[in-house]
Amino acid sequence: MTRGLSRTAAIVGAAETDRIGKLPGMSRLAIHAEAAKNALADAGLKLSDVDGLFTCVAGPNELSEYLNIVPRYVDGTSVGGCSYIIFVRHAVAAIAAGYCEVALIVHGESGRSWIDMEGQGTQQSPAGQFELPYGVAAAPTTYSIPVLRHFHEYGTTKRQMSHVPAATREWALLNPRALMHSAGPITPEDVEASPMVCYPFNKLDCCLVADGGGAIVITSAERAKDFPNRPIYILGTGEATAHRQIAMMRDFTTSDATVVSGRAAFAEAGLTPADIDHLMLYDAFSFTPMMFLEDLGFVAKGESGPFFAETRKAPDGTTIYKTGPGGDLPINTNGGGLSYCHTGRYGMFAILEAVAQLRGTAGRRQVPGIETSLVHGPGRQFAAASTLILSNV
Amino acid sequence: MNAVEAYGGALPKPTPETQAFWDGTREHRLMLPWCTDCGRPHFYPRSICPFCLSAKLEWREASGRGKLHTYVINFKAAKGFTKVPYVIAVVELDEGPRMMTNIVIDDPTPEALPIDALVEVVFDDVTETITLPKFRLVQQ
Repeated sequence: MTRGLSRTAAIVGAAETDRIGKLPGMSRLAIHAEAAKNALADAGLKLSDVDGLFTCVAGPNELSEYLNIVPRYVDGTSVGGCSYIIFVRHAVAAIAAGYCEVALIVHGESGRSWIDMEGQGTQQSPAGQFELPYGVAAAPTTYSIPVLRHFHEYGTTKRQMSHVPAATREWALLNPRALMHSAGPITPEDVEASPMVCYPFNKLDCCLVADGGGAIVITSAERAKDFPNRPIYILGTGEATAHRQIAMMRDFTTSDATVVSGRAAFAEAGLTPADIDHLMLYDAFSFTPMMFLEDLGFVAKGESGPFFAETRKAPDGTTIYKTGPGGDLPINTNGGGLSYCHTGRYGMFAILEAVAQLRGTAGRRQVPGIETSLVHGPGRQFAAASTLILSNV
Repeated sequence: MNAVEAYGGALPKPTPETQAFWDGTREHRLMLPWCTDCGRPHFYPRSICPFCLSAKLEWREASGRGKLHTYVINFKAAKGFTKVPYVIAVVELDEGPRMMTNIVIDDPTPEALPIDALVEVVFDDVTETITLPKFRLVQQ
């Protein structure tokens, strides 16, 4: 039985910037504008149809000014990479309340070229006082912190974790837009032979760094039937935030925010993990989808390592990963943050791939016959989280 | 060249609720805020107890001993860190709270750093006004 606002709204427009990767000719705001334009074109709408604006790498003030619109509903929730997943939930609520009819959620980031991007927080912030002085630098030094505790408590191994980038690369090889499309397959041994970045993460455990953006358009389920593309219904949503600094995580083997947001999404959708055909589990690093698979209830606590490491041989001798093409549970089918693209706040790309799979437009990487997809992402380092359950029927 | 110019790493800037902590480290004392209502210490220092919201807090010196709860060995130096690799860790103090820190160790390896190993505080006077609490393994 569904609850709350299940199936009251749908995604009717979805698109990325023309290109992703290295875009030195585009500023942070220019990337937003192109993403917005492309998503509206996909939906067959005009900018003037938009009356709800959801954006965070560009603040709502900046983006309304840049696009020259006056939306009557604004949301600038900024809790890291899952902010866009949270925006979907907020858009569903705003549409149900009548506060807006056409919600535009926009992501853009000059993550590689770093044109008009902000730096870290202040020296007086808790992180400025109690994390940064210890040589915490980029995300690999913070996302890595929980991993050895998980290894210690559950016997998880680095070799098991090394299967995640290998399986995800298999999807990228089927996706011509993936930045690693032509980079060839990798094995778990290749992951461990790549340069050490921050133990236990080697380079291939870490996501790509790129420029790019994307946007989606959401409207009421009633109205959604009148659009050019098959509507993707929003069955369940969840969100939570637990902390800001990685050292303040209550239990380094569980993301509390993931647990809270996952439960809410499944309850609203009236579904269980067994009902999900396809997953997008934000892979900022190899370890992150492992944590999410456990905390969303797809496997028991501590069982993600053996799950990801399970492989079988195809008749032609190639390796089929459990979460890769031809595997039992397709995860991160665009190639993920590890092999598709990662701009900094990747959550939008995870949503866009779920939409492509549910529309049936995913080309060679299309998972046949799927009806449901779950999108889950963290904000900052397991600090916040958000979950979406989507369906094409 | 004085110490302030010599040190290039990120420095904390105390706020009213953390001033006593940083004053303490400067005197080579690890201070924790304790709630006199619920009796629990917390970290990082806040203006109210995160367990019961009481504002009745007092500073007490911690033992400086704890366990290595989890860590990483970082090979890409942050600004001002001249030697790699170095260990970024979370230590669980005997009093209960956890804090991020560095483990002071030459040539860190996973084998040399078992999870839950006993550690003790050492103080690194990085500038004339800032002392960072770091930890080292307790030799068994």
